[in-house]
Amino acid sequence: MSEELRPILETRGLGISFGGLKAVQDFNLRLYPGELAGLIGPNGAGKTTVFNLLTGVYVPTEGSVMLDGEVLNGKKTHQFVAAGVARTFQNIRLFRQMSVIDNVKAAFAKDIKYRMGAALFRTPAYWRAEAAMEQRALDLLDIFNLKEYAGALASSLPYGQQRKLEIARALATDMKVLLLDEPAAGMNPTETAELVECIGIVRERFGIAILLIEHDMSLVMKLCERITVLDYGQTIAEGGPEEIASNPRVITAYLGESDGEEDASHA
Amino acid sequence: MGEFLQTLFVGLRLGSVYALIALGYTMVYGIVRLINFAHGDFIMVGGYTLIFTVPLMTAAGMPAWLAVVIAIAVCALVGVLVELIAYRPVRRKGTNMTALITAVAMSLFLENLAQAIPAIGPNPIIAGQFFASGGFRVAGVTLDYITTYTIVVSAVVMLLLYVFTQKTKMGRAMRCVSEDKSAAILMGISVNKTVLSTFAIGSGLSAIAALMYVAQYPKVYTTMGSLLGLKAFVAAVAGGIGIVPGAMLGGVVIGLVESFTTSYINSSLTDTFVFLILIIVLLIKPAGILGKNVGEKV
Amino acid sequence: MKKTVKRGYIVNSAVIAAVYALCIVLAATLGREGSFKLILAPSIWQCCYLILLASSLNLVLGFMGQLSLGHCGFMAIGAYTAALISLAFQRAGAYDDKSGPVFLAILFLCIISAGLLAAAFGVLVGIPALRLKGDYLAIITLGFGLIIENVINNLPFAGQNGLAEGSAAASLYATGLGFGSTDRVTYLWAGIGVTIISVALMFMFIRSKYGRAVRAIRDDEIAASASGINTGYYKVLTFAFSAFFAGIAGALYACCNSSLSTASFSFTNGSILNSTFVVVMVVLGGMGSLTGSVVSAVIMFILNYQIANGAWVDALPGFIQGVFTYPMLVYAVVLIVIIMFRPKGIFGTYEFSILKTPGDLVRLFKRQGRGKKSAGKEAAAQ
Repeated sequence: MSEELRPILETRGLGISFGGLKAVQDFNLRLYPGELAGLIGPNGAGKTTVFNLLTGVYVPTEGSVMLDGEVLNGKKTHQFVAAGVARTFQNIRLFRQMSVIDNVKAAFAKDIKYRMGAALFRTPAYWRAEAAMEQRALDLLDIFNLKEYAGALASSLPYGQQRKLEIARALATDMKVLLLDEPAAGMNPTETAELVECIGIVRERFGIAILLIEHDMSLVMKLCERITVLDYGQTIAEGGPEEIASNPRVITAYLGESDGEEDASHA
Repeated sequence: MGEFLQTLFVGLRLGSVYALIALGYTMVYGIVRLINFAHGDFIMVGGYTLIFTVPLMTAAGMPAWLAVVIAIAVCALVGVLVELIAYRPVRRKGTNMTALITAVAMSLFLENLAQAIPAIGPNPIIAGQFFASGGFRVAGVTLDYITTYTIVVSAVVMLLLYVFTQKTKMGRAMRCVSEDKSAAILMGISVNKTVLSTFAIGSGLSAIAALMYVAQYPKVYTTMGSLLGLKAFVAAVAGGIGIVPGAMLGGVVIGLVESFTTSYINSSLTDTFVFLILIIVLLIKPAGILGKNVGEKV
Repeated sequence: MKKTVKRGYIVNSAVIAAVYALCIVLAATLGREGSFKLILAPSIWQCCYLILLASSLNLVLGFMGQLSLGHCGFMAIGAYTAALISLAFQRAGAYDDKSGPVFLAILFLCIISAGLLAAAFGVLVGIPALRLKGDYLAIITLGFGLIIENVINNLPFAGQNGLAEGSAAASLYATGLGFGSTDRVTYLWAGIGVTIISVALMFMFIRSKYGRAVRAIRDDEIAASASGINTGYYKVLTFAFSAFFAGIAGALYACCNSSLSTASFSFTNGSILNSTFVVVMVVLGGMGSLTGSVVSAVIMFILNYQIANGAWVDALPGFIQGVFTYPMLVYAVVLIVIIMFRPKGIFGTYEFSILKTPGDLVRLFKRQGRGKKSAGKEAAAQ
């Protein structure tokens, strides 16, 4: 098999149950380098649970997660990050009492090699590492037009900017796979357009694989090359946007069994 | 065998007192997620109330222990005031951490305020007798009346409390609020009123604990509640905080650990063992013996 | 950016060094006189260990966001370690009186070992912190403080009748530490020097990747681990680091006090030194401001000293004098009032700096002059 065809992130029969309830079962995903895939499904379908399994927040009860051929099962979240999986959260989780630039710098943790002694006695190694990091952080913020806010408290940013900062922080971990959990949730159309632009820039600049959870169907259809649909923890469809849009099982899952007036959510 | 049984009874007696206090911690924690550090000091309040009201009772020709009714009222009042004056304003604005620090401060405040009151002062006051002395023999050991009363009264009170939380409207409201505050509001439950009643009941229980404790160790001083409260809190956490049966179980466990350490190991190391048990329980089961692990939602 | 930071470091260190030199010169010239020797020197020693205690607790409480209620337990470990080591050397005949290079070397050995042993116990307390946080951790640390007190009391060579034959009260002096009033002046430079270096090291810690990681954990632990931060490692490290300086505070305590008793390091007691009081100092100074802790430790010491010894107290009405007999009552009220009306403490997360602060102050006054938002915003503007 040629090098390009090897998936960067792969799951085999991944599943987890909480006290007998199977939240996710037999989840198989292959994400290739440079690809932008979508994960959709009604509320409570288990999308965020999948993300938690892919980042080590939950330990799977069955199946495995592989990154670049390395099995990550049972590792801790920070080890997943070290291996190259970064994520954002559905409900924004920034370091609220830290400055914008410190939010990004904190995510460099695994890349800064200076030791305790260097930090305590401010050796040249410390200054070099800190200066290099400062530059990298500013460059990252620049991509997202956040450079002017570098010194401000993260919690003081407007909502849309906080979303972007969260993505910038995830990128700072120098990952191979980026998981975005509903990045457009709560955004107005202008902010969403900006976000789409950002995701485009990220793909162009970093050439990484992105897996996206999103409720905004038009956004998913527009952005993603391949979409996986979850319902009740099971994969009910997989394929390109057109394929998914016309798949009868997906339509049923979203619109209900018999009549279209039923609420779209199962939860 | 005799010594073993004796130790067992002492442990049960201690455990009953701890359980009564632990219930107060657990109820308050269950409903506002706050370790009420001042709860131990409510025992001290109860103790002093007993000291001052027992002579009135005997003068009126009533049994001394009836003073506990007044003590319950005073403790409940103090509990409600502490919630209204300190905890509620801080909870509204601050974080868990600031609320916890307020509770520590409140405990210090009560202890030192008591010292500053001339009638109380810094020196211990010796209490009179609440119950008739003596006892009866069971299986070769003497079981004194105080031990028997303590165990029986605690068991009855805990049973009543359990029935109260399960069967009455107010009890159900308490469980609702501790489960999901916003849902409780939507159901038309007054959260503030429920929290206040929880404080009142929890603090009232500490007055009963004070009666039982002082009956056994007839000395009342301003810091008497601090270590007693801590151990009871340990009991509540070990059993599973927020869970009423957990507090009872935890109380008995801690009481037994304490009495067996005293009898068989070294009396000056009891506190060490009590806290070691807590650390071990929490490391094995972070939510306590009867607790359910609830992870943070991501 | 880097240059201004470096310049700030140089200016701040220069000013601190100058003030330090001035203190030492003053001590050398005024040291023989009564009031300096009997009041000021002991007060400075006390301030030194209170500063260390408050700022080291701030690492855990303010920067990592975990309430530790057994911080004085680490101090107790430090104090007993220092006393016992000096005692061992004294018994071995390494020195006769408290002077000379040998004694000095032993003094520093005592201080460092006190810190190291306390740090080892810090790791022990940090391990539960991996699984527990908030209320549960607070109780575990409180329990730890009690266990330490309990265990030391039961150690035959350290406890109530330990340290030497006879009571611990009388024997600390014989160990070599437990300075008398002359020695307190002679070794004042060491006490102040150790304090300055320790606070500087803590400052370097929080202004590095370590501090960023720790503050990230405080703000959002899940996001911190999702950003690649090994939260467990940094938690244990911070507990150990904080305990190290609490241990050093203990060694300083053993130097300047005449007796050592576990009751002095309790969760609460009648005196200024207990785990709760340290929390008061940290909250007053601002959770997340080391300079705030330094300032508030000094303020609280002066307040405590004045309440106990001040001549002005006699002029107050009898009722207030009565209240002042129980200073902890005052502190409890102070703590509640701060939490209610200014939960950030005096400084919030602001750090005092010689180059920056004057400018920040001007900005603050200007803003207040315009009647704009409250003073609480100044930290955000830094």
